[in-house]
Amino acid sequence: MNPAARNLRTGLIAGLVACFMVGMGFAAVPLYRMFCQQTGWGGTARIEVGATAPGSVGRIVTVRFDANTNAKLPWSFEPEQKTQRVAIGARQIAFFDATNLSNKTVTGAAAFNISPDQSARYFVKVQCFCFTQQTLQPGETQRMPVVFYVDPAFLKDHDNDQVGEITLSYTFYPVDQAPSQG
Amino acid sequence: MTDTTANAHFFQKEEHHEHHGADHRPGFFARWFLSTNHKDIGTLYLIFAITAGIIGGGISGLMRAELAHPGIQYLPMWAHFFGAPAGNDAALHFWNVMVTAHGLIMVFFMVMPAMIGGFGNWFVPIMIGAPDMAFPRMNNVSFWLIVPAFTLLLGSLFVSGGTGNGAGTGWTLYAPLSTSGSAGPSVDMCILALHLAGASSILGAVNFITTILNMRAPGMTLHKMPLFAWSVLVTAFLLLLALPVLAAAITMLLTDRNFGTTFFDASGGGDPILYQHLFWFFGHPEVYIMILPGFGMVSHIISTFSKKPIFGYLGMAYAMVAIGVVGFVVWAHHMYTTGLDVNTKMYFTAATMVIAVPTGIKIFSWIATMWGGSISFKTPMVWAMGFIFMFTVGGVTGVVLANGGIDNYFQDTYYVVAHFHYVLSLGAVFSLFAGFYYWFPKMSGKMYNEFLGQAHFWIFFVGVNVLFFPMHFLGAQGMPRRYPDYPDAFAKWNAVASHGYEIMVVGMGIFFVNIIYSLIAGPKAPANPWGEGATTLEWTLSSPPPYHQFETLPIIDAGDLHDRHDRRPPDRV
Repeated sequence: MNPAARNLRTGLIAGLVACFMVGMGFAAVPLYRMFCQQTGWGGTARIEVGATAPGSVGRIVTVRFDANTNAKLPWSFEPEQKTQRVAIGARQIAFFDATNLSNKTVTGAAAFNISPDQSARYFVKVQCFCFTQQTLQPGETQRMPVVFYVDPAFLKDHDNDQVGEITLSYTFYPVDQAPSQG
Repeated sequence: MTDTTANAHFFQKEEHHEHHGADHRPGFFARWFLSTNHKDIGTLYLIFAITAGIIGGGISGLMRAELAHPGIQYLPMWAHFFGAPAGNDAALHFWNVMVTAHGLIMVFFMVMPAMIGGFGNWFVPIMIGAPDMAFPRMNNVSFWLIVPAFTLLLGSLFVSGGTGNGAGTGWTLYAPLSTSGSAGPSVDMCILALHLAGASSILGAVNFITTILNMRAPGMTLHKMPLFAWSVLVTAFLLLLALPVLAAAITMLLTDRNFGTTFFDASGGGDPILYQHLFWFFGHPEVYIMILPGFGMVSHIISTFSKKPIFGYLGMAYAMVAIGVVGFVVWAHHMYTTGLDVNTKMYFTAATMVIAVPTGIKIFSWIATMWGGSISFKTPMVWAMGFIFMFTVGGVTGVVLANGGIDNYFQDTYYVVAHFHYVLSLGAVFSLFAGFYYWFPKMSGKMYNEFLGQAHFWIFFVGVNVLFFPMHFLGAQGMPRRYPDYPDAFAKWNAVASHGYEIMVVGMGIFFVNIIYSLIAGPKAPANPWGEGATTLEWTLSSPPPYHQFETLPIIDAGDLHDRHDRRPPDRV
């Protein structure tokens, strides 16, 4: 191979490496989402639609509910109970009340997060209003349910030894920016 | 350089066809604007870097003037000068603009062009015995991409960035401040400037990798290659792997800003922390990109002026490789306070500290090179020794900051500012000055003035230490970065730091006097002004080197390269 062709080959390989890394930069978006969903990083809750709770193992943890609305969404949004004492492993339901304060039909969608981070992978959502978009007529109020359980493996993880309270936080956004949990 | 037009030049070439070659140069425009010669492009890069350095350094002077006393003194005036709307917010925004501009200019338009584009272009081909870079035309493209990039960045100062004119996002361009937090075209211009600068560096990296892998002189195996060429090779790989990730991240910023995507916006299911991960996956290797070529230069200078081959050549080369590799897996130590869990912080703390090992190998090898050497304290040598001292100070504070627990207190304080200025502003810049004085005779054909060089060093050394050392105290006391004002309790050390800046500026003045004086009236430089210690191939060529070097490739014999003093190619045609 003559020197010019050899240089061209090396240069092209190096150029391909650069292109590949650009691709990896963009691939990081779905990869990061998958990674968070697998590991619960950044407070990403586990989603197992329709899963059966394993049943109570006789220990209690407090779950606190936090509800927020984006400034652009004319809704009020509150949990019916600020906290619940939850039997670990048992299926549990909690309700949120959302009211459309405007005189227009508005669609919203909720993003959600668990705190502290290390508890997120044990917080399993079986059913949630946040999985779909919610539409409220002018002045309408809806009760929105979330069904969840806390995985008993929570008790075996020493990172969670000090955790007595798990917070489930929601933020409702207007739907022209529909969230897909990440 | 000739003044001939292209035509006359053409005929001249025909007439003297037999002895074309070494000193046959194109006319002014073709030589400097269409340049494909690695030495000319290197010169252009150095001129560019010095220009950008004056602007970036001037901005830091404005900041030190404002910080010299508690309270806001000059900001509203400067903001007004840059066309900002009246009001306190626009003035305070201008502070953020200066912080951003200083950081971006110094990283992308001063250190990188000087290290890689300047010295890398000038000396890598010569050191490996190549006639030029592998892709000379692409080399020219690299340089002429960075000029519009810089123009875009400077232009962004004069258009709206939301709160006032200019981009006030910091050099990290964190979302959401850089997306929903900064309306107006300024941040878009910054992002495009980074795209162009990044493309320029990636093309440069491809060029260096190809040149170094394919075009070494016969007999020069990788394990005989000078350390500066090694350092540029490692740097080029870092650029090739890191910069595209930055390009992707800032492209997503751009689409988030302008096309309604929500990569980094929680309301659309995105995550602003992802931007930080992407940025620092680039950003941490970037700091090694800025220092590794300096390591290479310092190795040659220490060896030359100690009249000894470098201690532990292979260890030095592979220490740089190790720093490059480990540099890719420590990025989250810039993100300790974003909510990483304890185990993750533990990993990143440990991995970060591991980097101190190869770095320590380099520091001790430099010292071991000097040990028992016949040291002459010429200007390049004192700069190189200054580099070792400063870089070690910055490295030690780096090990402190590597601790996730300590970082909870130190993050975004002046302690961090002190740390990265010791490794970059003092480490990288000292190595740049060392390299500049070392190679100035080779590049210009004139000797610099030794007295002015020494004066430059000592005044600059005192100045920057007075400037940056007190920042450790300020940071330890909790003074946060990126504010134009502070409580009276911090007044003393801030005043000291600002005086340090004044001293440093005097040193820089001497530097410019020295360059101008030496270019005009400096004595002619011999091919090798440094004597037997200077063993790399550039010293076998005249000063300045012929326009085209190595028409006959130098042969590197099988003996131990690093013990040889005379490596002139055998005279065979």
